[in-house]
Parts: sequence; structure tokens; C-alpha cells
Amino acid sequence: MHILLNGETTITTAETLSQLVIELSLEKRMIAIERNLEVVPKSQYDNTRLCENDRIELVHMIGGG
Amino acid sequence: MTDDIFKVGTYEFKSRLIVGSGKYKSFQATKDATEASEAEMITVAVRRVNITDMGKESLLDYIDPKQYTILPNTAGCFNAEDAVRTLRLAREAGGWDLVKLEVLGDTETLYPNVVETIKAAEILVKEGFQIMVYTNDDPIVARRLEEIGCVAVMPLGNPIGSGRGLANPFNIRVIKQRANVPIVVDAGIGTASDAAKSMELGADAALINTAIAEAKNECLMAKAMRDAIRAGRQAYLAGRMPKRAFASASSPTEGYIWD
Repeated sequence: MHILLNGETTITTAETLSQLVIELSLEKRMIAIERNLEVVPKSQYDNTRLCENDRIELVHMIGGG
Repeated sequence: MTDDIFKVGTYEFKSRLIVGSGKYKSFQATKDATEASEAEMITVAVRRVNITDMGKESLLDYIDPKQYTILPNTAGCFNAEDAVRTLRLAREAGGWDLVKLEVLGDTETLYPNVVETIKAAEILVKEGFQIMVYTNDDPIVARRLEEIGCVAVMPLGNPIGSGRGLANPFNIRVIKQRANVPIVVDAGIGTASDAAKSMELGADAALINTAIAEAKNECLMAKAMRDAIRAGRQAYLAGRMPKRAFASASSPTEGYIWD
């Protein structure tokens, strides 16, 4: 299905947020995910199903002042 | 000085130097300078993961969140909505509730947009965040942000990354005199004397990034800032002598051999 991942239209076979995180090899990173403007707690990744055209923001921490 | 603790919200620190993690040449340089500074709190930015080019390492592989208090910021946000979204994500990522709110007005000055800052602060306080808020050196705005419930107010010394020192030292002092929350000078500090001056004026702490990261020797500047913050703090606590218009002899003015 198509999702909007960090502003880019992306094709994914993942059906849940957990699967998306694994598909992107981000399991060990300290990240956070927003789905359609709502933050999704990590505990909900397994049972959060992706839908066509979902807007996903996937963020991490970088250097900043 | 051992019990001169810097309290902000529910957190306590021995160091009154807060460092940033931006603009360094490498993660290793960030780590080395941060260690040299002896800071206990370090700011980080929240950004999209680059899906196509992840890189093998990340900042937090070098800056251990168990060792440092991580202070996520909202740098680059120009409205309240983006700032609120950013900090909600940061809290989910690392569980951090102590955050740095900054909402900017434009890209040239990076001056705070006070209206949007206040809007964001009102929302975030209700959501349980402990907000250290970046703002301009306006005593009225500082008080308003305190009333909203921010745990620290962080007036700028000068624009972010300008290294010009304190534009308006009197306002920093006035803000501190009227505040019941810690006042942190954030932005503008260019070298050690600026940091010491901030503390002498009564600031509870200072947040420094570019002055360390852009120094030719980052670690040496980090140590200079560490010492300047301590010296300035001690001078403030000691209570400086008054300034006089004319000289006042240091040696006794009696018992001269010609009397």
C-alpha cells in the first residue's frame, strides 16, 4: 500500500507500525511515530494497522542547540 | 559551593552550564566537548529520520541518555502547533518531560515569536511538560511565561549563534529580580566572559552551543565555559563591591613615614 512517510509517498508491505519499524530496520533506534497527526505510543505499534494514504512521521534525536 | 544546587522543575543539577549538541564536526567531537564541559543537561533537536540514508550511528550512541539529562528542543518551529507536535514526539521517543520550547519568528533573526510561544506553553503545561522556555529579554513576557507554569525562563543574550554576548544586561538582571523560577541565559554567549557576566547578573544557568562547537578547540572552550560559569556564579553569591566614581585607596591612609 501507499503511505506518506516523512513527506514522501512510499510503498510498503507492512501492515502494522511494528512491521514498518522492522522493515526500516529501526527496532533499536530511539524513535517516535506520529500517525495522521497523533503520536502513537510504542506499546500500540503491534496493533496499529496501517491504512492506505496514512501520514506517518518518524522522528529521532539529532544534534541541536 | 558543593550544595549550590541548580533546581529546575523536579530536576536538580550540580552544573549550571547547559550545553547544546548542534554544529559539531562529528559525534565524537560532541561527546568530547560535552564531557569536558561537565554539563549534566544537553539539548537535542527532533527531526525526521532519513529513510533512504539512515547512517550507522546516531547522536544518542555518543550522548548516553542515562548519563545526561536530555533536553529536546523545538528548534525550527515557527508556530505553536508544530512545537507542540514536536515535543509530544520527543516525550514518546525518550520519555523526557523536561523540554526546551522555542518558537521562532523568522529565519534571519531567529528571534522568538512570543505570541506563538505563549500559545504553545499554555497547551504543553496542561499536558504535564516541564517547560524551559526560550524568549526575548522582555521582563513582562518572562513573567507571563512564569505565570503560565513554565519551570524556567530562558531570555536570549543576543540572537542564536551570533556570539555577540549580552545585548541588554540590565534586562537580564531585572528579569531575574522579578522571577520565581530559574532564569537561564540562552543564545548569544560568544566566549567565557559572556558566560561569567551572565552568572554575575544573577542568571541561574546558561545554555551554550555555538560558542563551544565553533571554537577552534572545542574541548578547551568547553572547559573555559565550565570555569566561567562557576566563577560568575561564585562572584554573584559573594556579592560584588560597589562601583565608585573616584579612587578608594587600598592601603591605609595613616602612618606614613613623612607624617
